[in-house]
Amino acid sequence: MERAHEARGRVAGMRQLALIAAFAVAVALLPLFVSSGFLLNLVIMTLYAALLGQAWNILGGFGGQFSFGHAVFFGTGAYAMAVLQTKFGLNAWLALPAALALGAAVGVLVGALSFRYGLKGSYFALVTLAFAEVFRILANNFQFTGAGVGIQIPLRDSAAEMQFASKAGFLYAMLALVTASLLVAWWLKRSRYGAWLQAVRDNEDSAAALGVNVFRVKLGAIAISGALMAAGGAFYLQYFRYIDPHIAYGPAISVEALLAAIVGGMGTVFGPLLGAAVLHVLGEATRGMLEHVPGVNLIVYGVLLVVIIMFLPRGIMGLFGKRA
Amino acid sequence: MLEARQLSIRFGGLRAVQDVSLTVPQGKIAALIGPNGAGKSTLFGLVSGFLKPDEGSVALLGRNITGLAPHAICRLGMARTFQIVQPFAEQSVRENIAVGAHLREPDRGRALARAEQVAQQVGLGAQLDRLASSLTISGRKRLELARALATQPRLLLLDEVLAGLNPQEVAEMIPVIRGLRDAGVTVFMIEHVMQAVMHLAEYVWVIAQGELIAQGLPEQVTSDARVIEAYLGHGTAQRLALEQRSTAHA
Repeated sequence: MERAHEARGRVAGMRQLALIAAFAVAVALLPLFVSSGFLLNLVIMTLYAALLGQAWNILGGFGGQFSFGHAVFFGTGAYAMAVLQTKFGLNAWLALPAALALGAAVGVLVGALSFRYGLKGSYFALVTLAFAEVFRILANNFQFTGAGVGIQIPLRDSAAEMQFASKAGFLYAMLALVTASLLVAWWLKRSRYGAWLQAVRDNEDSAAALGVNVFRVKLGAIAISGALMAAGGAFYLQYFRYIDPHIAYGPAISVEALLAAIVGGMGTVFGPLLGAAVLHVLGEATRGMLEHVPGVNLIVYGVLLVVIIMFLPRGIMGLFGKRA
Repeated sequence: MLEARQLSIRFGGLRAVQDVSLTVPQGKIAALIGPNGAGKSTLFGLVSGFLKPDEGSVALLGRNITGLAPHAICRLGMARTFQIVQPFAEQSVRENIAVGAHLREPDRGRALARAEQVAQQVGLGAQLDRLASSLTISGRKRLELARALATQPRLLLLDEVLAGLNPQEVAEMIPVIRGLRDAGVTVFMIEHVMQAVMHLAEYVWVIAQGELIAQGLPEQVTSDARVIEAYLGHGTAQRLALEQRSTAHA
């Protein structure tokens, strides 16, 4: 019986892994059949939203710490890339690991300050929002980060500079990041660290009584989450070649990150990807149909979020039964 | 095994635990009893690291653990359950217990297998794949016990694991607890169900209004006048003694 269960667990794990692989292959083949810039852009932006959603999901969905200021990591990643390239002349591919490390470091800073004092629930959400605002104001005032004008990175159109001549190049870069984020979530589902993180989410006192170092486990989650979010920021910069304080640290990014995770299903491997797909396809569809009503896609987002929270607290993944 | 020395804590003006010293002997089942609000769970909180004492010290296996965090104390071999059960509600019984097993077992597969063994030990073998939130109160108490046990403790603190169970469930639980003792785990329990304590415990402390008022073998403690007063009210001991004498005369 024990062995049967273990085997069952392993089969389920392998099935998810196969699903991740199938997804990666399917998206990778897309540029061979699709040449429409509009469609490729839609796919890229969906992947991008899925990455932000997964970053938020690691801390919020698996760890139960609801952040309302994930822009603080996103902006740090974007600015790190921009400053390292423009002020230090660093190659984008070399700047990327530094951007990720800085995202993780800001995560540890925010986490250490808030978890140390036991901030939970809405208090944690508020303090993360405050951190993002502080960073936005700082970025707005330092010449180092281009102040209110922001930073534009020069057009180079070369893969060696992480600027791709074709949309397909960006699609592959984004796909790699999303696949990596899916693998992180997959690992959380079947590792000791993941078990500890979900235990902390469900009951901190119980977890501590079972020998779990709650503070350190939360710190790990916010560091991973920060690094993934910073990767999103880095990608944003390379794709649009421009960043300013409002884009980098404004609340819109924070909302985008939590939206995909909550709509798709918190604490699941595929939830954020699914949520991002539904939101973006729906957003584009409504934008296309109601062209003369600006911002209608935002209204759709809002309505969808309310409906999901009311009727599907476990998100779209909840329709498929057990937490997967 | 566990040694508390002159522990005190106050919450505002309330002296919840005052100058309590006790030594839990290794390899035994010891119990702490007392009326509602006497300070039993507070004392557990103090020795397991969830509360910091204002005064006094705690030693586990001769090592001073005063002021250590709960997770560090658990790592040293003391596990506890909670009076108000605190399961990881959205996880299965197996996953719940595996969290405890992970303390000494990094491998996921082996921790899950170990969880299965422990579940069978406490009679949860048939409910392994159910969500913790779907268990009955008796099931949840067993789950508390199983999770703590999965950390492979030397000393197990049980906070009212029998409370809220029906007589048959209590009767099923007693051999489980004895079995732990026989397997070498020292058990220190808080209990309300007097009868069960008298069956199980080999040594008993009585706490009332934050202070220890009696200790000894179960039969000694239950005939102690101060204990009877604490439980049944002022003057009861005298009345009972009188009644006993008059029935003896009749």
